[in-house]
Amino acid sequence: MPTRYTFGGDEHLFVECSDEMSLEAFFKSLSMANGVKESGIKGITEICPANASFQIKFDPDQIKPDDVLREVRAIEGAAERAEPVIRTRIVEIPVFYNDPWTHETLMRFRERHQEPSGTDLDYAARINGYGDVDDFVAAHSGSPWFVSMVGFVAGLPFMYQMVERQRQIQVPKYLRPRTDTPRLTVGHGGCFGCIYSVRGAGGYQMFGITPMPIFDPTQTTSYLREFMVFFRPGDIVKFKPIDRDAYDQAVEDVDKGRFSPPVREVSFDLREFQKDITGYNTRLEGMINDH
Amino acid sequence: MTIKVLHHGLATTVQDLGRPGYFHLGIPLGGAMDRYAMRAANLLVGNDEGAAGLEAVFLGPKLEFTEDTLVAVTGADMPAKVDGVEQPGWTAFPVRAGQTLTFDFLKSGARIYIAVAGSIDVPLALGSRSTYPIGALGGYKGRPLAAGDELPIGAANGSGEARSVAEQLRRLPAALVALRVLPGLYWDRLSDEAKQSFFADEWKVAPEADRMGYRFRGGRKLSFVEREQPFGAGSDPSNIVDSCYPYGSIQVPGGTEPIILHRDAVSGGGYFMLGTVISADMDLIGQMQPHTPTRFIEVTMDEALAARAEENDRLEALRASLR
Repeated sequence: MPTRYTFGGDEHLFVECSDEMSLEAFFKSLSMANGVKESGIKGITEICPANASFQIKFDPDQIKPDDVLREVRAIEGAAERAEPVIRTRIVEIPVFYNDPWTHETLMRFRERHQEPSGTDLDYAARINGYGDVDDFVAAHSGSPWFVSMVGFVAGLPFMYQMVERQRQIQVPKYLRPRTDTPRLTVGHGGCFGCIYSVRGAGGYQMFGITPMPIFDPTQTTSYLREFMVFFRPGDIVKFKPIDRDAYDQAVEDVDKGRFSPPVREVSFDLREFQKDITGYNTRLEGMINDH
Repeated sequence: MTIKVLHHGLATTVQDLGRPGYFHLGIPLGGAMDRYAMRAANLLVGNDEGAAGLEAVFLGPKLEFTEDTLVAVTGADMPAKVDGVEQPGWTAFPVRAGQTLTFDFLKSGARIYIAVAGSIDVPLALGSRSTYPIGALGGYKGRPLAAGDELPIGAANGSGEARSVAEQLRRLPAALVALRVLPGLYWDRLSDEAKQSFFADEWKVAPEADRMGYRFRGGRKLSFVEREQPFGAGSDPSNIVDSCYPYGSIQVPGGTEPIILHRDAVSGGGYFMLGTVISADMDLIGQMQPHTPTRFIEVTMDEALAARAEENDRLEALRASLR
């Protein structure tokens, strides 16, 4: 489908690269958003990449909406011709799956769930065709994920699983949203994973919790001193299952300022990825384990 | 000098004109819901128009001053009192050390703006003093005020004279509010019937109306053009692949209750939006109470820009009158 341009009132231009989610649509929207950033068009105050679209906020006192539209359209061609390669980073996120805190929360809100008799993990494993929760966790943590959007609330990453579409984990959201979700819950809704950056309301299924803060407005967490938000659109995430002891140890390390998330700079090539998804992912994981 | 908070009102927060530049990380603009009223209050006491003041919704706080200063209250009609003596709105008035500022009941509008000469001197967070409570960011310790808080006040730079905003330069919504909307975004998801009824029906502000968004009820349910839902969008016809949300955009989950996102907006999500309230009318929303009858008026981009120019002229006139 052709890229669709539409105005959000007199201060926003909304660009939809595709109405359905795919890595190609994500790549195009991220490249275009980056292109707009580099172009330095005057009067643009915000550039927000999303999953398959992006949004620009501009000051109509400085630039006419039609001029923003014309200049952004001009970037589309260049973005399409550009090599589908991004310089990004891969980060390993430890996850304590089936943890007591999300478990307590999901039991508290059981009447809002599709399947009140089991847990969110039981339900997600069953409807995605996995034999048991262990197999499901193996699949969830077995391939990397793209951070396709950062937002909703401060610093929350939406993540898109880097596997063939037929292998992607999909689950509906809760029937009615919860009024509470533990901070740092690893969740999933539709085809997107997320990490709740702060405690609060939420509708995604809850699978586990990470000991690693990803938003810190006080900027006291050792790796968030330079900036309070950890994730950026385009980051690649690999989940690493951990047990209770490792979780407790990581929490203590974070408190004492000696936790540092394993991060590697990588170059991601969409064409190479699509030629051999499993092989490409194995190489990406190797980079993280190779330290 | 400091201001002691004796009572916090309902929800009183430190606000300025917001923190642009971080919406791509989910951190919203924030800042005064009624930016014009915030600017006016600041200019009245000799502050920069983007200085930090207090925004109080529905119920005023009770504040004690430790030094002589100049104060102005703008926005909603909620009379201010100094040691029980009523003060005029949209007008600077002196407050002496040891005196207490309280407020009468709300008569119209929803939010008052309290500016103090020298402004609220809390630390800058990402370039702004606005409070973003969900992120525990900015303002006074990242949260709404509570009894016992002591707010630091900066050095005053005004002349200290008691000035007033002319009647014709004050702005409050009418009994029936008309909000101008530019259709767009996912407008074409709506059926022809829904495109008609959205603008034809009278809506009312629902009780769920805050700095994040204003919800509306009372109009007919909106129906959608049938389609097979795109991959990743979710099964409800009002779902889309999660995208960014513009400020002022109108989403209608399930087609039932429109929600206009405001200054503390969530930056994105999976509900279709039918269009966006134009920038000239955003301040008005901040002054709407629950149950306010509301009509949505369809406008073109040219009309939106003309309305914006009119608001800019009003602001210029305000600045000129208080120079």
